Amino acid sequence: MKRRLAAAAVAIGSLAGAAALWRRRSGAGKDRADVYFADGSMVSFPEGSEEAATLFPIARRILAQARS
Amino acid sequence: MDAAKALADLVEISSQIESAVLADGDGTVRASTFADEVRAEAIAKEARELLTAAAGPAGDPSQVQVAFHEGCVFVVSDGERLVAAVTGRDPTAGLVFYDLKTCLRLSAEAEPAKKAAAGARRRRKKDEEPEEAGDEA
Repeated sequence: MKRRLAAAAVAIGSLAGAAALWRRRSGAGKDRADVYFADGSMVSFPEGSEEAATLFPIARRILAQARS
Repeated sequence: MDAAKALADLVEISSQIESAVLADGDGTVRASTFADEVRAEAIAKEARELLTAAAGPAGDPSQVQVAFHEGCVFVVSDGERLVAAVTGRDPTAGLVFYDLKTCLRLSAEAEPAKKAAAGARRRRKKDEEPEEAGDEA
């Protein structure tokens, strides 16, 4: 009985770890703009936000010009 | 260290940086990894625009990173000059920012030294002039 419980705990832990890793990796791949200020504050604008709509086209132009 | 050397060191040290432009606050290019000056100027102008567009209640940003699936754009400013760089996807942002800030600092350190050397040359020339004039008289 104890062995089965331990095996189940290990299985659940592994699944939870894998899910967290997957979530972290899929989140890291999303487009975003991170803005840092001199006072140490930072704001992150994800895709779809109003600020991202302003910043993304400028950054895309830089990327395109750099790689053209 | 001059701007060109600081930028060359940056690209050599940071393997994640594909290309970079170092420019004055007004967008005048001081050094770049591009052979094409027009392209470097256009990127410096866009980088300046990115900083302006990212300004918020806390003022102008000191650093901006825009991450896309196909790559990232980094811009770092010290108020007087800026450095913009392009990397591949998922770079180590902390390292890239550190290298860009080091590049800015090194290029900024060269300015006072250059100005001091130019001032010393001017003073030396001025001191020598009356003597030469005196010799001729």
